[in-house]
Amino acid sequence: MSTQDQYGTRRSHPRIPRPRTLRLVATAGAIALTFSSGLATPLNPAPQRAEAAGGKKVLTVAVAQSVDSLSPFLAVRLVSTSILRLTYEYLTDYDPGDAHPVPGLATKWAPSADKLTWTYTIRSDAKWSDGQKVTAQDAAWTFNKMMTDQAAATANGSFVGNFRKVTAPSPTKLVVELKKPQATMTALDVPIVPEHVWKNVSDLSKFNNDKTFPIVGDGPFVLTDYKADSYVRLKANKGFWRGAPKFDELVFKYYKDQDAAVAALRKGEVSFVAGQPALTPAQAASLKGQKDIKVNDAPGRRFYALATNPGARAKNGKRFGDGDPSLLDQRVRNALFMAVDRRTIIDKVFQGHAVEGQGYIPPRFSTYFWKPSASRTLSYDPTKAGRLLDQAGYRKNADGKRVGEDGKPLDYRVLCHATDPNDKAVGQYLKEWWAKLGIGMSLDCLDNVTDPWLAGKYDLAFDGWSVNPDPDFVLSIHTCAALPATPKDTGQTDNFICDKTYDELYARQLAEYDSAKRAGIVQQMESRLYDLGYMNVMAYPNAVEAYRTDQIKSIETMPRAAGNIYGQDGYWSWWSAVPAGSGSSSGGSSTGVVVGIAAGVVVLAGAVFLFARRRGATADDRE
Amino acid sequence: MQPTAPDAASAPVGKAAVPVPAPRAVRGPRSRTTTAYLRYGAGKAGGAAVSLLAVLVTGFFLFRLIPGDPVKTMTGGRPVSARQLAEYRREFGLDLPLWQQFTDYCGKALTGDLGTSYQFRTPVIDKITEALPNTLLLTGTAFVLYTALGMFLGTRSAWRHGRLGDRLNTGLALTLYSVPSFWLGLLVIIVFGVGLGPVPGLFPTGGMESGGKEGFAYVLDVAHHLVLPVITLVAVEYGQTLLVTRSALLDEMGSDYLTTARAKGLRDDLVRRRHAVPNALLPTVTLVFVNLGRTVAGVILVETVFSWPGLGGLFYQALSVPDLPLVQGLFLFFASTVIVMNTLADLLYPLLDPRVGR
Repeated sequence: MSTQDQYGTRRSHPRIPRPRTLRLVATAGAIALTFSSGLATPLNPAPQRAEAAGGKKVLTVAVAQSVDSLSPFLAVRLVSTSILRLTYEYLTDYDPGDAHPVPGLATKWAPSADKLTWTYTIRSDAKWSDGQKVTAQDAAWTFNKMMTDQAAATANGSFVGNFRKVTAPSPTKLVVELKKPQATMTALDVPIVPEHVWKNVSDLSKFNNDKTFPIVGDGPFVLTDYKADSYVRLKANKGFWRGAPKFDELVFKYYKDQDAAVAALRKGEVSFVAGQPALTPAQAASLKGQKDIKVNDAPGRRFYALATNPGARAKNGKRFGDGDPSLLDQRVRNALFMAVDRRTIIDKVFQGHAVEGQGYIPPRFSTYFWKPSASRTLSYDPTKAGRLLDQAGYRKNADGKRVGEDGKPLDYRVLCHATDPNDKAVGQYLKEWWAKLGIGMSLDCLDNVTDPWLAGKYDLAFDGWSVNPDPDFVLSIHTCAALPATPKDTGQTDNFICDKTYDELYARQLAEYDSAKRAGIVQQMESRLYDLGYMNVMAYPNAVEAYRTDQIKSIETMPRAAGNIYGQDGYWSWWSAVPAGSGSSSGGSSTGVVVGIAAGVVVLAGAVFLFARRRGATADDRE
Repeated sequence: MQPTAPDAASAPVGKAAVPVPAPRAVRGPRSRTTTAYLRYGAGKAGGAAVSLLAVLVTGFFLFRLIPGDPVKTMTGGRPVSARQLAEYRREFGLDLPLWQQFTDYCGKALTGDLGTSYQFRTPVIDKITEALPNTLLLTGTAFVLYTALGMFLGTRSAWRHGRLGDRLNTGLALTLYSVPSFWLGLLVIIVFGVGLGPVPGLFPTGGMESGGKEGFAYVLDVAHHLVLPVITLVAVEYGQTLLVTRSALLDEMGSDYLTTARAKGLRDDLVRRRHAVPNALLPTVTLVFVNLGRTVAGVILVETVFSWPGLGGLFYQALSVPDLPLVQGLFLFFASTVIVMNTLADLLYPLLDPRVGR
């Protein structure tokens, strides 16, 4: 037998001829059908999508973050709180122009002369989505629940920490008594819930509010459906007191990969993409100039800083951690910052999608924004930085290394977030710039920086916070009160700053009810922080997001002049969004589904047919 | 392939061939085989039980090594009083000594209680059962397709080894096997989801469903969303089955019994299907069961690229906190599945090849 025979390439037994041609034709036909069907349907990636069933105007937002809970008492993640912001009203809202307090559920509010009692007038034209009236009692119940039930205080307990008593003397009057003055009473970011629904919940710690729909609320949208990591659907609340939203439905659709979300925006499957937390410069560049797509590259609400370990300590006076003692010298801290070329960081790392850092609070919060005068600004000046280090006693040795009087070279560990590419990129620049000063540096990039941070085992660290319209929280994390009680405890401190002057200013601003005066005190605090040199703000990263102009005609940013759309301090963007013509995003029409499935079925049928043909055996085949 | 009892034709010459009941001696070897198999099976089951116990212990202590304070991570970025932090630690049992946490964990795990997720405040078992069907739908569909495709093409490649078809098959399979799945997924999205040039965007770019659909429309919608992730998974996974099948079959191809089969005049594809392939199945069966065990763990990268709400993504989220109960629960679940599947494969081997387990 020839080799060919042995391996069966030639038949050794007469058999029924096999219809090879037929198989080829069937396969080719199936493939041809698959593609031609696509071409023959209106499914080409035309961005102007068909309207959803029933001619509804649907606005679809691509999100990535998983919902932690839909309970206003438990939810802390941005996506969850953003959704709840659309579902439940707060007492007050922030004006989209300059973030000053404007009426929400409360139409008016006033403090008592002793500053310890606040009286809110609750509007009488607000209704829950089940038709019941919203009253002051709902607000009182919400606050009292948070004051008395630890589980209810999970998300927003800090807002009621200073409350002594909350009552509702009438359906339109809410009275809050305080233990001590609190200027943030017009910035209570607490969703007010319907008592008649929530009083039936036995254990708030386990109730995620995600099983029974629609969820009873009083915001601009009503939550109608939710499937974990798939979508969150809301419909317009036609009876919303401020006026119904223009879109009929708002859908938060999950795209765990940002590139896939951008692809969905190109196709028109989604109307809006926010990014995590912003689109990358490459994504923004690829979308810029695209037909029917607008990139919103606006001032963000975050600051991006380099924090210095001032020597970790606890309230009981015990010191811990291993921060480099040289950093206790303000001249050294200032020298390090003067060796940072912030312009280069903006241009090269953020590729222009950020604003050069100055004071602690980003410039979009105009009321509280502060920047140093020209003479006080720690500008990029390596020569001056070198002189400062010389003055501080850290001179260059023969090897070009800065050494202290003890002969120890300056060598710093910088804590960085492994998940943040900006940290790594800026870290490389710092290494280069500080090396010229004679300072060594190692970049410790970790997935979770919490452990060394809490233990004070770092010299410097990349730091950043999102700032709220009311800056109280980001100011409070640098007070002595925020230090841990003992080295073993966890405090609220950001990086162990404890300065008497700063603390005095913090207490004054919290007790100051005059907005302008309070803003002045807050700016003094920022000035103090800048002088201390423990928090060196390098940049204010922009909010880079994009949306389809063929689906969204107009949408309000916050601040109105130039600001973000996603994650606002309010519901302005989605509430104000106006649909463009008949455009509306959809996940694909039913025609597309049918065609896609039909193509698959044809291919599968072809395969089954071929297989069946192959299995057909004759008597000749049997052993 | 059990040994057969001697039939009447083998009766001694000169004696009448009368039908007699099968002699006891015949049952001897059978029962010995059964006993051997039971002993073998018991050994494997015992090994699996020990492995499961090791997973239970390892899972607990291993994830305690992850840096980070779960409570601090959970409350990061918002004001929380020291009292609240203490309350969280009490609620999640983190204030207890490690040994007590361990005994609680073991005791509850044995009753099916895997604890409550820190971040979702939901029983871990609920989170698993919520995402498991999604993962099984994706990976199960892909598993069936890539196994069938790999075995089919592997068989043909081996049978015609060295030819152009074989070289193309193996070359393509190796290339796709080497391609990062997330990169291929993105390409697939761009080409078949968004559309590129003459190719229309026929399929959704992500997710498992559009939402708001019921009944048959829902089934169609999910099927529509399933196409691209399955194509991606099949493309990167079928190569492994193809290569193993091909290699195993090549080992068999010179065997005498195949020459005998051909000499009997059997059609070539029958020789392949009924003689060569069954004898070359063992390595492929091993791989199939290993892959089957892996299907429940999901595929983090593909699930991420296609925004598929499965267990892979859930595991990633759990690790990032770290959400200890969820991490432990998923680890235990994944490991148990792999152990069970491997044990099933071990138990199946003697049925495929009687030499195993003797």
